Amino acid sequence: MPEEKKPGFSRDSISNTLVVAIGVSLVCSVLVSAAAIVLRPLQEANQNEFRQRIVLEVAGLYDPDVSIEQQFDNIETRLVDLETGEYVDDLDPQAFDAEAAANDPKLGVKIPKDEDIASIGRRAVYAPVYIVMDGGEPQQYILPVRGKGLWSTLYGYLSVEPDGRTVSGLRFYEHAETPGLGDQIEREAWLAQWPGQQLFDEQGDPQIKVVRGTVQPGPDAIHQVDGLSGATLTANGVTNLIRYWTGSHGFGPYLANLSSEANDNG
Amino acid sequence: MAEARKILLEPVVDNNPIMLQVLGICSALAVTTSMLPALLMCIAMTSVAALSNAAISSIRRRIPNNIRIIVQITIIASFVIVVDQLLKAYAFETSKQLSVFVGLIITNCIILGRAEAFAMSNGPALSFLDGIGNGLGYSAVLLVVAFLRELFGAGSLFGTQILPLTSGGGWYEANGLMLLPPSAFFIIGLLIWAVRTARPKQVEKPEYQIHEVHRTEVL
Repeated sequence: MPEEKKPGFSRDSISNTLVVAIGVSLVCSVLVSAAAIVLRPLQEANQNEFRQRIVLEVAGLYDPDVSIEQQFDNIETRLVDLETGEYVDDLDPQAFDAEAAANDPKLGVKIPKDEDIASIGRRAVYAPVYIVMDGGEPQQYILPVRGKGLWSTLYGYLSVEPDGRTVSGLRFYEHAETPGLGDQIEREAWLAQWPGQQLFDEQGDPQIKVVRGTVQPGPDAIHQVDGLSGATLTANGVTNLIRYWTGSHGFGPYLANLSSEANDNG
Repeated sequence: MAEARKILLEPVVDNNPIMLQVLGICSALAVTTSMLPALLMCIAMTSVAALSNAAISSIRRRIPNNIRIIVQITIIASFVIVVDQLLKAYAFETSKQLSVFVGLIITNCIILGRAEAFAMSNGPALSFLDGIGNGLGYSAVLLVVAFLRELFGAGSLFGTQILPLTSGGGWYEANGLMLLPPSAFFIIGLLIWAVRTARPKQVEKPEYQIHEVHRTEVL
């Protein structure tokens, strides 16, 4: 577009520099925020479906040929009161947003400093659990977990066997750790070490640990998985978040209930 | 018309941003393990190149010299974010695989290079075509590399099995190196060699000649 050179117009003048800088920033920010707002519902739907897929994956049930909704038929979602470890039924577990609730003055609690090993600050008083059912019998309990890694909060699911003590799987669905180093937490081969690990010692204290290097044979090996080379801080984050969420301030009471139920039945 | 055609097609072979200028290598190594992410990356890259070139060109006479790079980057970054949001909404799975590399289009030298070298001194329509052309040049290389890597590394194309793998009872032993970034380096190197052999004009002049030493000089 041909522009008349206006007399007295200098594009290097301070006023023009300011006008262009402010104008470009305004137009660009409107463009970016419009895109973010218009597309958010679609992105959230995708994110939700992705989380459900991870729940299925951690349970070892994911089948890419069947719709996720259909596969979720065998999975019961319940809300747990973390303090007592009992189920609560007065809220819809599907609609419960644990992260939003964590910041709610009524539905969230501040985690005491010395308990907050996963560095998450607050958590909701309730948490959803996904119970994988097979013929009316619970097979696995899938717990949402989160905690700080090196750069970012790691979000994932920990699957526990009906005895409430044995890990049956772990998957992360969101993090922003260093590509190539910290993101090894998504590697299939590393995640494959988790099933069978024991969460607690005799006293019921969380003992899970991602060690440095490889696990040495010994009495503690049942609680340990190999470290991630170049990603020690991310690995420590995983240790801490699993310990927090299986500990007394996390799902500890709930898992203890599961254990005693399993003992009663067996 | 002939000029527009030249601007559009020249970057594909004769003045390819990857093969002649050796720009934008980083993402060419990272996203070419399979065809689908490579294709999406190409679309993202081409649209950002074309749109940012056109936008920058249309305000080129107003952009103050001393903040021009900042203005260019702001415009490029906005388009990249919009493209990234679109991918997350409509191609969620693949956008997960592309992870940071869509965001890194901002720092792709090809885009800033074209903005600075072409859009700042040509009209919006031609700049738009130049963006498309360079995007196509980048895409051509990416797709060739991804084709070879996915075919020989995983025996498949777009996820469909072409060569039956030994691990699944077939005859093809997958070449694991193809799935690792160095293989893209080798393939791009071989491509550059092939193109420069076919078009000797692209061969760079050596910066200096090794001097032949005679016995008498050493003594």
